[in-house]
Amino acid sequence: MATDTTPPTRRTRSTARTPRPTGSLSAAEGMSRQYDYWLTVLKRTWRGGVVSSFLTPLLYVVAMGVLLGGFIEGDPERLEGATSYLAFVVPGLVASHAMTIAVSETTYPVMGAIKWHKTFYAQLATPLAVRDLVNAFIGFVMFRVASACAVFMLVLAPFGVFATWWGPILAWLSQLLVGFAFSTLVFAYSARLRSEEGFGILFRLGVIPLTLFSGAFFPIGNLGPVLEWVARLTPLWHGVSLSRMFCVDRVDWSLALLHVVVLVVLTVVGWVLAVRNLDRRLET
Amino acid sequence: MAVLDGIPAPLTPGAATKVLVLRNYVVYRGAWKLFITGFLEPVFYLFSIGIGVGQLIDTFEFHGQAIPYAEFVAPAMLATSAFNGALLDSTYNVFFKLKYEKLYDQMLATPLSTGDIARGEIVWGLLRGSVYSAAFLVVMSLMGLTSSWWALLALPATVLIAFAFSAVCMAATTWMKSWQDFDKITLAQMPLFLFSATFFPIEAFGDGVLRWVVEATPLYRGVVLCRELTTGVVTWESGVSVVYLVVMGIIGLAVVRRRLDALLLT
Repeated sequence: MATDTTPPTRRTRSTARTPRPTGSLSAAEGMSRQYDYWLTVLKRTWRGGVVSSFLTPLLYVVAMGVLLGGFIEGDPERLEGATSYLAFVVPGLVASHAMTIAVSETTYPVMGAIKWHKTFYAQLATPLAVRDLVNAFIGFVMFRVASACAVFMLVLAPFGVFATWWGPILAWLSQLLVGFAFSTLVFAYSARLRSEEGFGILFRLGVIPLTLFSGAFFPIGNLGPVLEWVARLTPLWHGVSLSRMFCVDRVDWSLALLHVVVLVVLTVVGWVLAVRNLDRRLET
Repeated sequence: MAVLDGIPAPLTPGAATKVLVLRNYVVYRGAWKLFITGFLEPVFYLFSIGIGVGQLIDTFEFHGQAIPYAEFVAPAMLATSAFNGALLDSTYNVFFKLKYEKLYDQMLATPLSTGDIARGEIVWGLLRGSVYSAAFLVVMSLMGLTSSWWALLALPATVLIAFAFSAVCMAATTWMKSWQDFDKITLAQMPLFLFSATFFPIEAFGDGVLRWVVEATPLYRGVVLCRELTTGVVTWESGVSVVYLVVMGIIGLAVVRRRLDALLLT
């Protein structure tokens, strides 16, 4: 047994700080070492997610898609190619659901890991680097997004809202892109935030308007020319549009490529910012 | 203030409520951004669903009148925002104060009683909610979505909705043990929000039992009351809704008081 004879004096922060490990592990190794931690988190928290991940969106589908949709004429010209309002609204709802999960998993939990539970500090005391923490965190969030969207899409299949069998699979991948873009960007935002008040603002001025005006519930053409262009600039619209064109099988491949590029670029920018902001935050 | 043998005299219910409301005001002043954005939420819903989705829908019939979709949805947004606000205030916030901040224990060390606390918290919630409702009503009338002077009474109607739900939800909160229990609140909140003839007419439920069930739920009464007032079609049914909500609130308040007694004074 090692005998440590150094008296436990209180050392100042500056002398105690060892050089921060900067990715001595490979990215894959850094992530896989956190596998059991996140598995435990999942085991302890999945129940809480059931209501918000599955039940709430299903209620929306029934209320908005089926019941309200019963009063809306299924005119493909007015509904971006969908033959019923249900078929129109479902791909949009799932895409905005991907955003909601990504955002809610990267707001309070990130602040918790920095400020309340200090999990990040504990993890950094190991060979893990900031980059690895971000990767595993986003990986966990994406597991939640992927599973929730997959279940959602499978449940909706019997409603007859999908035009082809392969469309929903590509739509699911586009929902994952939405999840990637929002989880990395919001992670970057949360890592800078000192108080949770900022989350209330983010939800009310970010998530809710995006959900409502990014073409999930109605074609953005209904917004009028100016607001339509504003909607086109929002990241969620790219995801909604991509998800919908695959589901209703009216794919404009060049537009689809643009959507993918936008979402991928946002993800990369978000990831870089997330790593940088977290690194700075944990230093102070 | 009258002080007898060093023990301050108990406050009158009015004075006690005032103290509590003032306390909440002082605390909330720091979060004014949150306060302002709270108003935007129902307005966003109104623009999105009322205008955006409204363009896909002709008109709905309400008490024999054909009304445009935005005019149909707006009063429902008014009622549901009073409902949502009351629900958040009287569940999460009360739970936090009760369990973590131990705020009520501290208050009870002063001349305040449990009844004062229940009344004070609810009155504060109502005041905050009515500011939102009044602002929303102004937006509605500016957009031409109110068609009668009865609409002025929609403001007291939202206060009534908020009162009924605050009281009942605060009572429910006194039984909660952990944050996980709030799933049950969401479980009640979402169906009420989505199925109380908010986005589509009650006729969508057919003429069977389902429709009767919906008609008997409190938020439906609130939505219909607001819709009757803003469209100016006031009927006996409006009276039923008012009585329903008043009774619901009074029962809730009595339960809150009894529960706070049990939780904090024994």
